[in-house]
Amino acid sequence: MSFKRLWAMFCARNLEFFRDRSALGWNFLFPFLIVAGFGMIFGGKDYTEYKVGVFPSQHETVSVSKIDLPEGFRETLHIKFIGFKSFEDGIEKLKHHKIDFLVKAGSPENEYWVTDSSPKGYIIEKLFKGSLLPDGKVVAGKREIKGKEIKYIDWLFPGILAMNMMFSALWGVGYVVVRYRKIGVLKRLNATPLTAFEYLSAQILSRIFILMFTIAIVWIGCSFIFSFRVEGSYFDLFVIFLAGGVCLSAYGLVVAARGTSEEFTSGVVNFISWPMMFLSEVWFSLEGSSRWVKLVAQLFPLTHMLTAVRKVMNDGATLADVTPELAVLVFMTAISIAVGAALFSWNK
Amino acid sequence: MDYLLEIKSLVKKYKEVVAVDDISFSIRQGICFGLLGPNGAGKTTTIEMIEDIIPSTSGEILYKGKHRSSSFKQEVGIQFQQTALLSSLTLRETLKTFHSLYNDPADIEEIIDICNLRDIEKRMNDKISGGQRQRLMLALAMINKPELLFLDEPSTGLDPQARRNLWSIVQKIKDKGDTVILTTHYMEEAQHLCDEIAIMDNGKIIAQGTPHQLIKEHCEGVTVILPKNSVKIPLSQLPFRFREINGRIEIRTNDINSCLNRLLSEHIDLTEMVVRSPNLENVFLNLTGKQLRD
Repeated sequence: MSFKRLWAMFCARNLEFFRDRSALGWNFLFPFLIVAGFGMIFGGKDYTEYKVGVFPSQHETVSVSKIDLPEGFRETLHIKFIGFKSFEDGIEKLKHHKIDFLVKAGSPENEYWVTDSSPKGYIIEKLFKGSLLPDGKVVAGKREIKGKEIKYIDWLFPGILAMNMMFSALWGVGYVVVRYRKIGVLKRLNATPLTAFEYLSAQILSRIFILMFTIAIVWIGCSFIFSFRVEGSYFDLFVIFLAGGVCLSAYGLVVAARGTSEEFTSGVVNFISWPMMFLSEVWFSLEGSSRWVKLVAQLFPLTHMLTAVRKVMNDGATLADVTPELAVLVFMTAISIAVGAALFSWNK
Repeated sequence: MDYLLEIKSLVKKYKEVVAVDDISFSIRQGICFGLLGPNGAGKTTTIEMIEDIIPSTSGEILYKGKHRSSSFKQEVGIQFQQTALLSSLTLRETLKTFHSLYNDPADIEEIIDICNLRDIEKRMNDKISGGQRQRLMLALAMINKPELLFLDEPSTGLDPQARRNLWSIVQKIKDKGDTVILTTHYMEEAQHLCDEIAIMDNGKIIAQGTPHQLIKEHCEGVTVILPKNSVKIPLSQLPFRFREINGRIEIRTNDINSCLNRLLSEHIDLTEMVVRSPNLENVFLNLTGKQLRD
């Protein structure tokens, strides 16, 4: 193996990435926009989970204090009240699941409408009925959670970074190598003393450098706008992101091993990335999901990377605490590199 | 005789299609060897098997009398017929990248000068013309001071000026004593550059030798071409076999001196006469009954 050749290909790939300004900009902008957007939507005070229609009302936007509804219901958090002029307007929206619940303001019988098949409607119905009970009839003791609160953005932020890393690794290695094979760049390189191992190593190293660079920039940028709390060590986070980046890039290598069809490769990358995105707890927890869903999630490196990152970031875990996750990532990396290298072809 | 390259019974099959059908030839050091043939003749498949880019179905390829080793790619330079380059790099950066892939590369400045790339060395790869691109490809093929240079259809798609420019670069390589293997379907190119030629058709070598030998062996005589209106006697009285094409008379003769004397004796005006020697196109036509570019 020649480090000179590996370094030459590493530099060439980096130059290509950093000179493609549109791709470069998007790599930084995309995770930032996602974090900013979801941070504001889900982390802000205006977050609403349930939509309740109220009629009659002259305006769509209604003032909570002026609605003639039971006080307990009216003051429930996370409900957005939407006004409708008539029953017909409201019921139409309810039928089409645009709202979860419809209630008539000022009704002595507290009339309401709900779709039986709507889970959110069912919850609201319970809330509504509960709010009609007189105070003192309910016996329940609230206990405070001790320790620092984990904000939603603290939970979401590493997920967004890891997701961006996944897309960047799969597309940046898998798609690019297939495109190079298709247009003949690989064939030209095959005519030189460059070995497949040197070329693929350079691709992976270059991608890891880009991934870590991007993460650092996005992290620093986001920290100016959002206040994250990192309970553990930044070095530990770096190590986990590095291990995850290597593993995801190695997955990209498997995608890149054969083929010249960019359309097919797009399909394969989507086939891998979409389930990984939804089942690796980037957006929501799989707590309570079926056993097989959790088992499938364990096949994805993103799951293990995110579990480890959140343990360090949210719970202050150390590298020793996340050794199982790191071991799985290293194992998956070794398997992927072995498969990718064995299947790799320079030619069409 | 010691050959730089020996090809023995080389075959390449793609399922039912035989792209290269049991061909053998040898190449001496320091010559320009041409594989001439129409599109689809098997030239590129042959050259890519020799380059070790695609595997052969059967046959033997010997370089310096031995099977090709891992050092083969250090010692040969390759210009493909169709290829792309790394994106977002300048010409100089591309040359530098390829320069780093070899143990004993050439001087980049020298290569830039030989291939006339000095004025465009800072341009991006995707911002150059077809001729400039071919010169860059040639420069990349020469970046390792190759003992053996493969040029696959180097002038395809170039305008006449760019083609002449490319030929002059290849001539310089030849003058240095390096060995060149060239595929082409341009007979002028083969005739201009090649010391030896193998003519391929349908995966087989149908003739081989120096251009002069091939022409002498497969085409006799010369063609005398006259405007029809310069012949004042009835055409039926012409004492030669001839044919009429687009207002011209074409006479094939093996004895040009007797032919010209006879024409003069008939008081035929020879002012606009053209005498055409046979070329490789005629060789191919005689051998296969079809044009090189059919």
